[in-house]
Amino acid sequence: MTRDFLHAVASLAVLCTVVPGVIALNVVSSTADQTAATDVQQPAHERSVALFLDAARVIESPRCMNCHPATRSPTQGEAMRLHTPPIDAGSEGHGPLGLNCNTCHGSENVSTIGIDIASIPGHPHWMLAPASMSWQGKTPGEICRQIKDLTRNGGRTLEQIHEHMAKDSLVGWAWNPGDGREPAPGSQEAFGILVGEWIATGAACPEG
Amino acid sequence: MTAILSHGISRRAFLTASAALGGGLLLGFPLSGQAASQGVASDLNAFIRVGADNTVTLVLPYVEMGQGAYTSQVQLLAEELELDPARVLYEAAPPDEGRYASPLFGGQITGGSGSLRGAWRTLRAAGAAAREMLVTAAAQRWSVSSESCRVENGQIIHASGRTLTYGEVAAEAALLPVPDAPVVKQRSNYRVVGQSLRRLDTPAKIDGTAKFGIDARPPGVQYAVVASCPVLGGKMKSVDTSAALMMPGVKQVVRLERAVAVVATNTWAAWKGLEVLNMEWDAGANASLTTQQMVDAADAALGRSGIVSTVVGDVDQTEMTATDRYEAVVRLPLLAHAAMEPLNCTVDLRPDRCEVWVGSQVVGRAQKAAADAAGLPLERVAIHNLFLGGGFGRRLETDYVTQAVQVARHVSGPVKVTWSREEDIRQEVFRYHNHSRVTVALGDGGAPASWRHKVVGPNIMSRFLPVYQKDGVDLDVVNAASGPYDIPNILIEYSRNEAPEGLHTGNWRGVGPTRNVFIVESVVDDLAHRAGRDPVEYRRAMMNSADTARPRAALELAVQHAGWDETLPARHGRGAAVFSGFDSHVGMVAEVAVDINGRVSVQKVICAIDAGYVVNPDIVRAQIEGGIIFGLSAVLYGQVTIAGGQVEQSNFDTYPVLRMREAPRIEVHIIDSDEEPGGVGEPGTAGAIAAVANAVFAATGFRALTLPLNPSDLRGV
Amino acid sequence: MLYNLQVNGAVHQADVDGGTPVLWVLRDILGLTGTKFGCGIAMCGACTVHVDGEARRSCVTPIDFVGGAEIRTIETLGEGKVGSALQQAWRELDVVQCGYCQPGQLMSAAALLAANVQPTDADIDAVMSGNICRCGTYGRIRAGIKRAAQILASAGEVAK
Repeated sequence: MTRDFLHAVASLAVLCTVVPGVIALNVVSSTADQTAATDVQQPAHERSVALFLDAARVIESPRCMNCHPATRSPTQGEAMRLHTPPIDAGSEGHGPLGLNCNTCHGSENVSTIGIDIASIPGHPHWMLAPASMSWQGKTPGEICRQIKDLTRNGGRTLEQIHEHMAKDSLVGWAWNPGDGREPAPGSQEAFGILVGEWIATGAACPEG
Repeated sequence: MTAILSHGISRRAFLTASAALGGGLLLGFPLSGQAASQGVASDLNAFIRVGADNTVTLVLPYVEMGQGAYTSQVQLLAEELELDPARVLYEAAPPDEGRYASPLFGGQITGGSGSLRGAWRTLRAAGAAAREMLVTAAAQRWSVSSESCRVENGQIIHASGRTLTYGEVAAEAALLPVPDAPVVKQRSNYRVVGQSLRRLDTPAKIDGTAKFGIDARPPGVQYAVVASCPVLGGKMKSVDTSAALMMPGVKQVVRLERAVAVVATNTWAAWKGLEVLNMEWDAGANASLTTQQMVDAADAALGRSGIVSTVVGDVDQTEMTATDRYEAVVRLPLLAHAAMEPLNCTVDLRPDRCEVWVGSQVVGRAQKAAADAAGLPLERVAIHNLFLGGGFGRRLETDYVTQAVQVARHVSGPVKVTWSREEDIRQEVFRYHNHSRVTVALGDGGAPASWRHKVVGPNIMSRFLPVYQKDGVDLDVVNAASGPYDIPNILIEYSRNEAPEGLHTGNWRGVGPTRNVFIVESVVDDLAHRAGRDPVEYRRAMMNSADTARPRAALELAVQHAGWDETLPARHGRGAAVFSGFDSHVGMVAEVAVDINGRVSVQKVICAIDAGYVVNPDIVRAQIEGGIIFGLSAVLYGQVTIAGGQVEQSNFDTYPVLRMREAPRIEVHIIDSDEEPGGVGEPGTAGAIAAVANAVFAATGFRALTLPLNPSDLRGV
Repeated sequence: MLYNLQVNGAVHQADVDGGTPVLWVLRDILGLTGTKFGCGIAMCGACTVHVDGEARRSCVTPIDFVGGAEIRTIETLGEGKVGSALQQAWRELDVVQCGYCQPGQLMSAAALLAANVQPTDADIDAVMSGNICRCGTYGRIRAGIKRAAQILASAGEVAK
């Protein structure tokens, strides 16, 4: 991790109010208040864990989890039921040979005349997360350790993880999910800040 | 067209002209290899027209909705006419309840697994009569006896070797009296009938040229979409059209009593207009209707005494003296048809005539519905019946024709009304909640000494086909209610229970047997289990009379191919079903695996069918295969629920149907028979539901008496 | 807006809103009615076409997304060797019943065979489960795809 990166994260962190149990994502846009002073007194580890748990509210939203399924088939909807029509990841996560994700999913969201499915989500890189990044059915602690594990995170350094979470436009789709879908909590910017601060505070993972 | 009509041409000419205008009616291949130009054509009867140029056009009374009716009807007529089926033209019969009525139903109806059964009676006679008339005409021309002439490959041949084509004598033949008792061919002489002739509609259905109702595009057509009141039976209260009319392509908004239509330059533009319509509805009496209320009402009807429809022996007495009694209540859900082609209808309404393009199982009724809605006499309404993208009973109704004509009354020029899938599922004519109570007095070895079955359901026939009732009993709803068994005492009762007004109920693939075979076969399976007997052996023991020989043979054959006695792994099971229906006799064995989450996977289905004499074996196999798949969708998933008077499902995500990865291996074994042909479109559906439910019991020990199967009942530990 | 669309080897013009799905452009504007409407939400596959050789559900593909890509529909499926092998297999096995879903089934099957010349049952199920058939022709579709693969393989042998 570079010094510049750490510096950037540290400067962003002051924008963020993090108290365990308080929803930080919703208040990111407000300026830092007095609680920042008390934060410093929290042991860094505990604070880092709290930051991750806050970020996990995004990670565990159906918008993210649906494409990080337990099996090699995505789920869909708020209830994360099996994707209809049923679809397999195929070897590259783009669907089986002859039926790519983009058979149905275009480069952007498309509104439909449907009632339960008011739009078909879309993105130029629409695909299923690799099996190593399966999140469904796991605890935040397990997901946290998985995200940090180079063998299970696509070989990403923490810096790259931050970059991915904060900037990747497919991740960003979670906040622009199309008609009929709840966006992930907060914003990608706030999520990026949280992840950055989590890393800056030692990228600690919850127990369990 | 309008100008010609106003000068009063004949209806026949009108229909011919309409056919030429709309296209899509003439199918098949002319003998000359050119487009149909028959010159002077002669009607030998309602089904056979022979042109002076020797083209032969067959007019087919049963519509093609996938069941292979066009192919088998052509087979029957071509056989009697001694023609190569590949060298005839054929077309859909125009609306005419008299000429094209099914002898089974007394009306122009394609349904009830009745196409071949109806055609078998009518078309062979028509073909034979025409053949005799052609021979007589040729014999008269030659001044020889008819007996000295024979027909071969579209020619009349005299013993001397002289020949005449059909076309050369058609005009004279048409003037001859129609033979009273034409002699049909002996089956041993059949060349075409009895063969698996390839389907005649396949080529057009694999290259995009087949025209379905939804493909009609008369010149100048506009495109309309509709939204009906989401609460069933509700009415339009008000609609603000200003935003919709601003949308690109939107031409007008039509307000009907129970729906709104948006008319535009294309279907999508119409939908976008519909999306921004501000509609207010008067929900009416069903505003708080729920599925539970309908289930409760059906249960209440089970408690009321019904009308007795069948009595054999003395059930009361048997029940009183029996030491052991079994009783089960079975509940079936509300179902949608969900044919692949959403409902649609195209109408060109002019002041003095109406032209309709549609796919309908009831062409005559479609004409009547259009005439009524248009305020025109029947003969001013032409119907182009195109291919049906699935019927399943939904297209036995004409609500969508009426609605399209109502829309057309407000539109200048032709308009196509297309329902969204959501509208198609929510504005259904549903298969209604059927509940049954079966009470069995048990005799020796746990066999039924008496069988009492009270059936609760709507009397659809009172509306749909009043002749198919007896003393207030809908004969369909009690069809197959006691199974193909030799039970000495039987009492079938019918307790009528109509749906709330505004929720429309109708026929669904398999009609009565699709409801009752599951009920009867579940009970029989349960009785076998209680008696500690093998379910097949238990059934066999009740099938020893001449009346039950055919279903018993079907069961035996299915069991034999299914490897009934072979051991299966845990949570796998085989289930059997046997029944007679639609003049066919069916034995079926399903094999399932149920995973620990209660998800049922149907591994294979073995069916044996005695469908009497079989005109096209491969079409019979296809119909059974398809019927089974349709039944699997119902037993695994089929359920429409209502809350606040609205259908809760809307599309294939919430009303799932079977997909290929869930489709089992299916074997169909046809029993050789010389009996009269039986129906094959629906038996597969009825059998599959019952056999799968019984297989699930064998796999899990859970007896499902409510459909669809609920995985939470079937979980493993 | 006026769009130039490459369909079946020719350029067609359509003056429609950019959000209009290709399905309705084909059916209502260009009169290519072989491509079917079934669900409108990519649930049933009846509307499947090829865009630059890949299967695409045309009911959820706005014309604006297509650009100059080549659209192929059922009307010209038979011009390719995969499509013509599939049509031959469909005729031999009489796969169709009502036939409404079959254009979509064939277009999906063609995309499968183009990407996977010898698909297993599992490969076929994985791709073809995106297409619904209410008449229940699944068994014959499966057999038809295998038969087409066989036809293509033997044609390949002859070519060698």
